[in-house]
Amino acid sequence: MADEALFLLLHNEMVSGVYKSAEQGEVENGRCITKLENMGFRVGQGLIERFTRDTARFKDELDIMKFICKDFWTTVFKKQIDNLRTNHQGIYVLQDNKFRLLTQMSAGKQYLEHASKYLAFTCGLIRGGLSNLGIKSIVTAEVSSMPACKFQVMIQKL
Amino acid sequence: MSRQANRGTESKKMSSELFTLTYGALVTQLCKDYENDEDVNKQLDRILFSNFLPRGYNIGVRLIEDFLARSNVGRCHDFRETADVIAKVAFKMYLGITPSITNWSPAGDEFSLILENNPLVDFVELPDNHSSLIYSNLLCGVLRGALEMVQMAVEAKFVQDTLKGDGVTEIRMRFIRRIEDNLPAGEE
Repeated sequence: MADEALFLLLHNEMVSGVYKSAEQGEVENGRCITKLENMGFRVGQGLIERFTRDTARFKDELDIMKFICKDFWTTVFKKQIDNLRTNHQGIYVLQDNKFRLLTQMSAGKQYLEHASKYLAFTCGLIRGGLSNLGIKSIVTAEVSSMPACKFQVMIQKL
Repeated sequence: MSRQANRGTESKKMSSELFTLTYGALVTQLCKDYENDEDVNKQLDRILFSNFLPRGYNIGVRLIEDFLARSNVGRCHDFRETADVIAKVAFKMYLGITPSITNWSPAGDEFSLILENNPLVDFVELPDNHSSLIYSNLLCGVLRGALEMVQMAVEAKFVQDTLKGDGVTEIRMRFIRRIEDNLPAGEE
């Protein structure tokens, strides 16, 4: 039963580690975000497999998104998503008003530009989870004011 | 009613799996980035005079604060007490396991932590081409970083590893010296 503090610290270490080993520049920044996102993807895939072993089949896409917002988010971040919006055409916006990975940073504008680094892993987590439930998607995140953030999920119709 | 209870224990188990899976993803990424296992081992632990990234060490440095805030243990008077606290309180709090302490050296400055099962390696197998990788090296870095913050310089290394076929996982801890508070350079 690993404590959540451990995960938080490990995650922050990973972010700073990936960035330290890269050089400056726009390209490098993108590469680092991709690395973190890919790591999140792997973890999301594995996690969703373990988690949904005994749960019932999902009725539809919306059901899956609600699962992510409630059970999945609660397991990973100890709280639910605060707000889920959709246009019923494949775009979902998940809003978390107090994102666990950002609460340790100063609430304000100071570190806004760095916030995206800390969201990349979680974007991958969502994408990986959905992928193993049979949904291909693109997940992006934005932060307008710490520690609230929004994850936008775009379902890719095959 | 029972469904709720099920969810409770399930979610505890899940958060430990989250950590295990994340650690696995990290090690995989490191293996991709660095060609040989030696470098990866260093990355996971940290060697003082290399400019490699200190991973486990950094985590340990911060973890100790969280630990002290939550566990209310007082100051340890000697290395034996420290060993007890590490095994019975710290490991239990963060990884849910209680390793046993054995193999005290005659001088009382070295001991072994025996972990029956290591939660970090729950779903892991080491492939042949990575046989020299010390997968759980992060733990050594964490122990070193945490103890350095409470003024103890120690060395931690893996002696046995279940991933390599041994029966148990054994970490050998050696006390080097007590760190005196140094005034920052320039201040008298």
